[in-house]
Amino acid sequence: MQHLCDIADVFLRQAPACDYWTLRLVEEEHDHLEVRQGVVEPSRLTYTSGAMVTLVGGGGIGYGATSDLSAAGLRAAAERAAGWARVHARLGLFEAGIYPRSSTRADYRTPIEEPWSTLPIGEKLDILQAANDALAIEDRIVDWSAWLARRRVSQLLITSDGGRVSQVLDYVHPGLVAVANEGSQTQRRHGGGSDGSQQGGLERIAAVRLLEDAPRVAEEALALLDAPDCPQDTRDLVLLPSQMVLQIHESIGHPLELDRILGDERNYAGTSFVTPGMFGRYRYGSELLNVTFDPTVPMELVSGVADDEGAPAAREYLIRRGILERPLGGALSQARAGLPGTANTRASSWDRPPIDRMGNINLEPGEGSLADLIAQVERGVLMDTNRSWSIDDSRNKFQFGCELGRLIEDGELKGLVRNPGYRGISASFWRSLDGVGGPESLEIRGVCNCGKGEPNQSVYVGHATPPCLFRDVAVFGGGE
Amino acid sequence: MNADAFFTLADHLNAELRSAEILFSNLSNESSDFVRLNRNRLRQAGHVGSTALDLTLIEGSRQVEGGCDLSGDPTEDQARARRLLARLRERLAHVPDDPYLSYSAEPSESDHYGDARLPPAAETIGELIASADGMDLVGIWASGDIAEGLASSIGHRHWHASASFNLDWSCYLEADKAVKSAYSGFDWDPAILRAKLEVMREGLHIMSRPARILEPGRYRAYLAPSAVGELMGMLAWGGFDLKSHRTHQTPLLKMARGERSFDPRIGIREEHDRGLAPRFTAEGFPTPPRVALVEGGRFAACLVDARSGKEYGEPVNTASDAPGSLGLDAGTLDDFDVPGQLDTGLWIGNLWYCNWSDPNDCRVTGMTRFGTYWVESGEIVAPVKVMRFDDSLYHLLGDRLEGLTRERELLLSAETYDGRSTDSALLPGVLVSGIDLTL
Ligand SMILES: [Zn+2]
Repeated sequence: MQHLCDIADVFLRQAPACDYWTLRLVEEEHDHLEVRQGVVEPSRLTYTSGAMVTLVGGGGIGYGATSDLSAAGLRAAAERAAGWARVHARLGLFEAGIYPRSSTRADYRTPIEEPWSTLPIGEKLDILQAANDALAIEDRIVDWSAWLARRRVSQLLITSDGGRVSQVLDYVHPGLVAVANEGSQTQRRHGGGSDGSQQGGLERIAAVRLLEDAPRVAEEALALLDAPDCPQDTRDLVLLPSQMVLQIHESIGHPLELDRILGDERNYAGTSFVTPGMFGRYRYGSELLNVTFDPTVPMELVSGVADDEGAPAAREYLIRRGILERPLGGALSQARAGLPGTANTRASSWDRPPIDRMGNINLEPGEGSLADLIAQVERGVLMDTNRSWSIDDSRNKFQFGCELGRLIEDGELKGLVRNPGYRGISASFWRSLDGVGGPESLEIRGVCNCGKGEPNQSVYVGHATPPCLFRDVAVFGGGE
Repeated sequence: MNADAFFTLADHLNAELRSAEILFSNLSNESSDFVRLNRNRLRQAGHVGSTALDLTLIEGSRQVEGGCDLSGDPTEDQARARRLLARLRERLAHVPDDPYLSYSAEPSESDHYGDARLPPAAETIGELIASADGMDLVGIWASGDIAEGLASSIGHRHWHASASFNLDWSCYLEADKAVKSAYSGFDWDPAILRAKLEVMREGLHIMSRPARILEPGRYRAYLAPSAVGELMGMLAWGGFDLKSHRTHQTPLLKMARGERSFDPRIGIREEHDRGLAPRFTAEGFPTPPRVALVEGGRFAACLVDARSGKEYGEPVNTASDAPGSLGLDAGTLDDFDVPGQLDTGLWIGNLWYCNWSDPNDCRVTGMTRFGTYWVESGEIVAPVKVMRFDDSLYHLLGDRLEGLTRERELLLSAETYDGRSTDSALLPGVLVSGIDLTL
């Protein structure tokens, strides 16, 4: 961070003359280790660093991003930003004066128990080799892999209003996959934390039980080969947190993004069935549905102190007792729409401008255990671990698939089914929510590949959720 | 960063290598203007200049990879690259032999400088907004230089530079009633833009009719090249690469096993020689002009990258495990005969958000989007509310395939997740006797 502060000082000494500016400096370190089929894959160590200057002046807004962090490089980026601000002044969609200003001063650093560097690479590879041995339990396991990835994002945002926000986010991503095959039937099973990312250090390895989880992953992949296909009919559906994450993400998170509602994303990510008039009155789901934007949950993927334009982080209800309250819109979108919002203006890195993104979008817990949810089902299916996701551009007609399903009969879990999938319409699906697990069943997870924006940006998004029960859902299995 | 600066940097690094070390340096350089538009006004505009260096350090049978961003200043960049090299050297001592290490031991050289006439981005945006006056236009303009370089201590020296523009946009009538267009290439011509906008105005005229709401079921359909592109994108996702075939994960598993096939008219190729991407791999291998992936409806060959080529003993024919310059063979259907041949059914302009529904059976689900119409007796009669399909490509490109158009459209990718993409596809439209709509 000191390094970024030094660069910021250089910029401050030559700060552009304009109404308002921000400088966002980002440094990232990535490390990726993987052992596949017992062979160590080439490890990959990456360092990225760059700056984005955003400038408001002369009635316009523009940005310039550069990997040249010298005084001359920053000056050139500011000049590019000023050039685009002049074009915006002539052709802009809105008045530059509504651009949000920040004087926020705050710091955040992921609290880590075991830093990445405390374990030598040889020992990390030994863990992955041991996981490989535990995955390769028989010949029908035709591919298997264990990985450990590290990402550190250091960001310093300074503004001409005296704002200064530094955030250092650390992630360690462990994961496992086993692929089973017999003839023309192939089934895949993930585990070891592969879809349950959080902030943290090497303590994540123990938290997700990377090694201990390997036999289960391999055994379930094999068991799926022999399982019947998920039935095709209408029945009750219990979704584990590993699938709830995608259900929340696609059919609550995205449709509530205010820039989609304002039309910015209509050429790419899409629009939304939600319209401005719905806030404060629309019934999004049953009484059991409570959804928050919550950057304060410890260790969740997007917990921090401010967004990328310097709006201070704060928890907000998006949906309360099923009623839609507020959209996911940063300060600029709020000004454009005349609606309340959240501190969720984010950029994927230094080379992309901030836009409305999900942060941590959480489904608040209800009461009871997973077993209590299952006990309420006479005829249903439970689904675990997302494997397929698709939804229309208004975020209404969805279809999801999972890696593994289990039938539920008379309140009890029965046999395994393969290729489980379900489809529905967001606007009616959440009204069929009839059970929400309690705090003890809540899991903190997220999505590491949320794509959106022109130019395209992929970001991390956090989702904490308990398992949930939905009534009368169209489910199906595989086959042509 | 230009070729000379890159090769000079690589020479400096190569001069520091210890006797048994081998180094591959790859460079990606981009200078891009990005302009977002909404409601035919400028929403967000700026410039991105980025230069990234990737290094692969090899000693004996061991290798490690790394990367860092460069500034453009020679002294600073040498320092950054040296720091990275030192870290890789430190790590190299701790990794085991890699049985699948593979690189070209043959020195080779090439350079490519694409011709382009790009207008200043700011001027073009003004022109676009004026030409689309009265329309609700939304989309993205991206333009500028892209370059990729490769240098190795063995003697590889390759440079591939181009300048291009990519305007990807749609025009809305209301809610999700919209038509989409794209104009990309190397020589900007305002007349082409105006002609494309005119076609969109006609499309919006039809969009103004009340939308037809379809019930789930099987419908005759014509899929325009952009829609076909989405289906080809699904096949590109694990369909052709050697590793996914040898580990039985390809969605074309049944075809590879000879249990299923496409219609004999289906031929799918990776056309390196017509593409926009460099003709060298990061490991220094040249790519062949063409690779036939599917021929006569049957599986022909896999894409083989350096690593899986070594593992399975096959010659390298690609830099990446997904096609970057895919071509689907043309058919015999004339464009102007399409509505008549379709007779009554769906004209699908674009598909959206596809994913595997059941990869073992090559079953894909996705949505209709933009420019999708109901056709009756060969006449477009109404737009159609978005519908979800869920169907196997063994049907759509197999027993339900009626024809492919004679004319093919070249689609240049507008994707910018990992820098501005050089992917492209050359595709016909496809007429099918039925596509299953489920929601
Ligand atoms: Zn997303």
